[in-house]
Amino acid sequence: MSGDMNLLEVEDLRIELTADNGRYPAVEGVSFTIARGETVGLVGESGCGKSITALSVMGLLRHPLALAGGKIRLTGQEIQDLPPAEMRALRGKRIAMIFQEPMTALNPLKTVGRQIAEMYVLHQGANWNDADARAVEALKQVKVPAPERRARAYPHELSGGMRQRVMIAIALACEPDLLIADEPTTALDVTVQSEIVDLMKELCSAKGTAILMISHDLGLVTDICKRVCVMYAGRIVEQQDSEMIFNRPQHPYTQGLVASLPRLGMRARHGRQRLTEISGVVPGITAYPDGCRFHPRCGRKTEICEKVAPELTPLADGALVRCYHYG
Amino acid sequence: MFGFVLRRVLQMVPMLIAIALLIFVLFSLIPGSFATGQQDEGLGLDMAVVARMRAELGLDDPLYVRFGRYVQQLATLDLGISFRSKQPVIEMISARLWPSLSLTAAAMGFAISVGLPLGFVAALRPGSVADLSLMVIAVSGLSLPVFWLGILLMYLFALTLGWFPSFGYGDGGLWHLALPAMALGVSPMALLARTTRAAVLDIMNADFVRTARSKGMNEFRVVVWHVLRNALVLVLTTIGLQFGSLLGQGVVVEKLFAWPGVGSLLVDSVFQRDIPAVQGCILMITLFFLVINTSVDIAYKLIDPRIRYT
Repeated sequence: MSGDMNLLEVEDLRIELTADNGRYPAVEGVSFTIARGETVGLVGESGCGKSITALSVMGLLRHPLALAGGKIRLTGQEIQDLPPAEMRALRGKRIAMIFQEPMTALNPLKTVGRQIAEMYVLHQGANWNDADARAVEALKQVKVPAPERRARAYPHELSGGMRQRVMIAIALACEPDLLIADEPTTALDVTVQSEIVDLMKELCSAKGTAILMISHDLGLVTDICKRVCVMYAGRIVEQQDSEMIFNRPQHPYTQGLVASLPRLGMRARHGRQRLTEISGVVPGITAYPDGCRFHPRCGRKTEICEKVAPELTPLADGALVRCYHYG
Repeated sequence: MFGFVLRRVLQMVPMLIAIALLIFVLFSLIPGSFATGQQDEGLGLDMAVVARMRAELGLDDPLYVRFGRYVQQLATLDLGISFRSKQPVIEMISARLWPSLSLTAAAMGFAISVGLPLGFVAALRPGSVADLSLMVIAVSGLSLPVFWLGILLMYLFALTLGWFPSFGYGDGGLWHLALPAMALGVSPMALLARTTRAAVLDIMNADFVRTARSKGMNEFRVVVWHVLRNALVLVLTTIGLQFGSLLGQGVVVEKLFAWPGVGSLLVDSVFQRDIPAVQGCILMITLFFLVINTSVDIAYKLIDPRIRYT
């Protein structure tokens, strides 16, 4: 196997939703790669399939969602069909995940120290005494003040930002190769958001951990990620370097996302203006339109957009776009 | 913690007083008396005798006088003298208390030790054959009237199989206790199974359970480390309420199995219009309910750190 092998390769992923009247593709033809230590963003509105893509990598899809095709490779090894016991050994140890809502993602009846300590007991065979001591160290690493005392606190006794630090400590406890962060800052105050993002960046780059950052916030993602995949209605519609996506968005949907970001100084230059929005909403999984799934909301649609779904078109610098009328 | 317990125990006092007064007022409003009750049974007492009995028992005094007397007695833990047996009510009740408590505790033990595991098994495999059959059992258990169930148990285990005595207290041991406890415990068992199933299903969908899975835990550890205790918090309310009301529900079972508990004393006393005994029994059942409720509150505090001292 080559030395520059990708850490994670997702190829032609298909996830189906089982409903009363049939099965619907919730995610289709999603492919992306993450190199060791790389940070990749997955951006899109709520309901476009970002989180379930992440859960499928973790092997945590649950009924009514199920993997229906495609390959997920971790350092070359296919993991999508691993037996449960082998998948559990990877989960938490090599791939870890941080969730959106740190209040409900932690067990309310266990001290946060104990919830971190579980990782050492599970994956490193530590006894509880050692594990508890290492949990205090882990809290120190995520810059929780008074870690000895906080380790004995229950989640409800901590602030949202503190709880998310605890989640990060849990996720990074076993120094995983890949950290999946699913909207890690959405539930937090703006000032706390940047602290949490900085902390993740700092700890992951120190340990060489790759990050798959999932967010609806294009600004946040381009801030920490080298590469960004934009998802819409279960498909990747554009993949670009972060810098380029702001300056040269190719897909009409990405252009809409970029245009809808508020910018400092905009009012001074252009006078009072309404923020741009993309009209309409993401269609539900059971109601994806034929052809390009964005066409009902697109200003550039032509006849072909309504009938034939566009394929991903390679552009310069490894960028990809799924549109007949990009640019 | 000590302050919390003390406060909860002190809170029981005004509750008890209020209930004692309510019982007194209610019984003063009910027509008929011990004296007329004797007459109803065809003993052919003439009115002069009735009048003398009423005077002897103090039933001729105005309501507020009797009320004052009653409160005075309660303050010294005196529940009065039974009209019928002329014994102090407190002695009659204490003789009956142990059989009642052992029956209630055994019934609740049965309900918990069967209902909780059943609910768990059903919840871990929702929609499975085990789940469906367990819930059929639970619904049947809830719908069977307790006296009918008692008769069925007697027929099956006492008459047909001869495993247990069909009725009576005997030496109060487990052998005599088994059938009445089962009859009394089936309904709370069924309710507990259903509540546990719902609670576990609820917790299994919680975000922190997804977190536990993302840590690479197997399902057994997920359940033991993260689901059990959280589900127990939800089930505890049902356990407390059921336990508290079992002493009252025991009335039917005690009559059916000729069990010498507070319940059968209560029924007999009601028929005899033996008001001091009735009041004493109801007060005792109320006290039991309050004690159980307070214990549940304290148990909550021990299990769930989010509960504050308020």
